[in-house]
Amino acid sequence: MAVLLLAEVNDGVLSLDATAKAVSAAAKLGDVTVLCAGGSAADAAAEAAKIAGVSKVLCAEDATLGHRLAESTAALIVSLADDYIHIVAPATTDAKNVLPRVAALLDVMVISDASGVVDSDTFERPIYAGNAVQTVKSSDATKVVSFRTSTFDAAGEQAAAPVENIGAAENPGLSEWVEDKVAASDRPELTSAGVVVSGGRGVGSEDDFALIEALADKLGAAVGASRAAVDSGFAPNDWQVGQTGKVVAPDLYIAVGISGAIQHLAGMKDSKIIVAINKDEDAPIFQVADYGLVADLFAAVPELTEKLG
Amino acid sequence: MKVLVPVKRVIDYNVKVRVKADGSGVDLANVKMSMNPFDEIAVEEAIRLKEAGKADEVVAVSIGVKQAQETLRTALAMGADRAILVIAAEDVHTDVEPLAVAKIIKGIVDEEQPGLVLCGKQAIDNDMNATGQMLAALLGWSQGTFASEVDIEGDTAKVTREVDGGLQTISVKMPTVVTVDLRLNEPRYASLPNIMKAKKKPLDEKTAADYGVDVTPRLEVVSTVEPAARAAGEIVGSVDELVTKLKEAGAI
Ligand SMILES: Cc1cc2nc3c(=O)[nH]c(=O)nc-3n(C[C@H](O)[C@H](O)[C@H](O)COP(=O)(O)OP(=O)(O)OC[C@H]3O[C@@H](n4cnc5c(N)ncnc54)[C@H](O)[C@@H]3O)c2cc1C
Ligand SMILES: Nc1ncnc2c1ncn2[C@@H]1O[C@H](COP(=O)(O)O)[C@@H](O)[C@H]1O
Repeated sequence: MAVLLLAEVNDGVLSLDATAKAVSAAAKLGDVTVLCAGGSAADAAAEAAKIAGVSKVLCAEDATLGHRLAESTAALIVSLADDYIHIVAPATTDAKNVLPRVAALLDVMVISDASGVVDSDTFERPIYAGNAVQTVKSSDATKVVSFRTSTFDAAGEQAAAPVENIGAAENPGLSEWVEDKVAASDRPELTSAGVVVSGGRGVGSEDDFALIEALADKLGAAVGASRAAVDSGFAPNDWQVGQTGKVVAPDLYIAVGISGAIQHLAGMKDSKIIVAINKDEDAPIFQVADYGLVADLFAAVPELTEKLG
Repeated sequence: MKVLVPVKRVIDYNVKVRVKADGSGVDLANVKMSMNPFDEIAVEEAIRLKEAGKADEVVAVSIGVKQAQETLRTALAMGADRAILVIAAEDVHTDVEPLAVAKIIKGIVDEEQPGLVLCGKQAIDNDMNATGQMLAALLGWSQGTFASEVDIEGDTAKVTREVDGGLQTISVKMPTVVTVDLRLNEPRYASLPNIMKAKKKPLDEKTAADYGVDVTPRLEVVSTVEPAARAAGEIVGSVDELVTKLKEAGAI
C-alpha cells in the first residue's frame, strides 16, 4: 500500500527531525513516497531521499507553492491523491493548515495528531487535552493523518532514494504571502530538543525570562513557555507548550514558575524526566514531576545555572 | 457584510475529564458545559467587526444536541444578532465529526451568504483542529488559520497566523474562513441586561437533514482509555540535591 508523506519544508529547508519522525510512523502503513513542495524544494528533496524507509521523493518547486500556502499545497496533494491510500504529515502547524483541506476535498475525515498506529485503518490519538486516548478506525477510502512527532522516533539514514520532479497543480489564487516574523535563534528547536526549560507566569516579566534562557543555554536546551507567559508578553508565541501550542517529549523538561494546568501538561507530560520549580508546594505541576523543588525561582534558578557549570 | 460564527458546546475547560468505564468515551452526563474557548474569541472578533462598522450582522450557529441552545444564547448575550441551531445528535455523548459539521455549515453559508466565517482553531474536546479548513475547502474559499490578527481591507483580509516558527502574515481573498487563536482578543463577559435581551433574539432550529447532510461518522471509536499515569516523583530539599539526583538519573 502506498503512502504519500508531506515533508516539512520551510523556505527550502527540510525540517529533518519532524519529517523523519513522520516517516517512521508512515513506514508502518506501507511504501512511503515523500512530497517536498515549496518555492524551492530541491535541497530538501535530496535530504529527504536519505531518510531510511523512503522509497521515492516527489519534488514540486513552484513559486505558487512558496510559504506553504494551504490552498495551492492542498490542490497539489489532491492532484496526486489517486495513487495513495494514506496521505500523512508530521503534525506541525503547516500540516494542520493543509491536511484538513485535503481531506475535505477528498470527502474523507482527517485524523489529527495521531500518537499511534494500530493497523492501516486504525489510529490512536489523544483527546480532551490528553486526558483520554481514543482509538479510531477509519472507513474512508483515503486516510489523511497527521502524526504527533513527540511519540515517534526519527527514522535513520539510507542511500538516497530516487527524486522525481513534478509540477504544481493549478493555483487557486486565493491567498498570498505577505511576511514572516521568525526570531533567529542558536538554540535547539523546541520539538526536537533533548532538554527543554520552560517558564511560566511566575517568571514575572520579559526581562526576567533571561533567567530561564541562561539556564537553558547552560544545558544546551530549548526554551518553552506557558500560555500565561506568552499572553503576558514574556515570551513569543512559538515557545508555547501545551494543548494548543507545541507538544514536546524531551529527555529532561524543567518547568519554572508554571502551575501545571491540564492544558500545559498536555504538551509535556510525556517527557522522560520532569523537574518542577515552584514556590507553591500545592501546585499541580508537582503531581507529574519526577523531582520537585519548592523554592523561589529567583533564587533557585540562578543557583541551579551556576551549579551546573 | 454578514459574519457567521460556528460555536461548539464542549465540556468546560476547568472540569476534570472522566473516561467512561466501558471505553465508549468521556462522561458528559451532568457535567458543566460551555462554549469552546476559541469560539468565544471568534464571537468577540465578530462583534468587534460590527462595532467597527465592518460587519452589519453576526449570526452564530451550532451543530449538535438540543442543549447547544444554551451555547447559542451565550453568543447572543455577548452580542450576536441571531442564531441557528442544527440538531444533528440526540445523545450528549455523540460528537458530530468536523467533516459533517463543515458540510452543514456550508449549507448555511449557501443560504446566508456571509462574507466571513470566523471559527475557533480547535475544539477542546476532540482537539481536531479541522473544521474551518474543511469548510474553506468545501466552499472553494481561502483560509486564514490560527489567527492572532485579522484586518479586513475591502475584498482582501490580512491575517497574521501563529505558526511553529513564529508569526506569518498572509493576504486572503474575501469571502474567507478564518480560524482564531488564543491571542486574537480577550472575549467580553455578557452583562445581565444583555443576557435578558438575548432571550428574545431569534434562534432558528434546523436539522442536519434540512441541509441534506449525512452525519454518520467516518471514524468509528474503537476504545477510549485514560492515558498511562506517571509514577509518583519526589520533592527535593535543595538545588544541590536536585543536581545530584539529575546526575544520578543521567539527565545532565
Ligand atoms: C482553550 C485553552 C487552551 C490553552 N492552551 C494552553 C497551552 O497550550 N499551554 C499552556 O501552558 N496553557 C494553556 N492554557 C492556559 C492554562 O489553562 C493555564 O492558564 C496556564 O497554563 C497557566 O500558566 P502558568 O502556569 O504560567 O500561570 P499560573 O497558573 O498563574 O502559575 C504561575 C505559577 O508560578 C508560581 N510562582 C509565582 N512566583 C514564583 C516564584 N517567584 N518562584 C517560583 N514559583 C513562582 C506560582 O506558584 C504558580 O504556580 C489554555 C487555556 C485554555 C482555556
Ligand atoms: N458541532 C459544532 N458546532 C459549531 N461549530 C463547530 C462544531 N464543531 C466544530 N465547530 C467549529 O470548528 C472549530 C474547530 O473545531 P474542530 O475542528 O472540531 O477542532 C470550533 O472552534 C468551532 O468554531
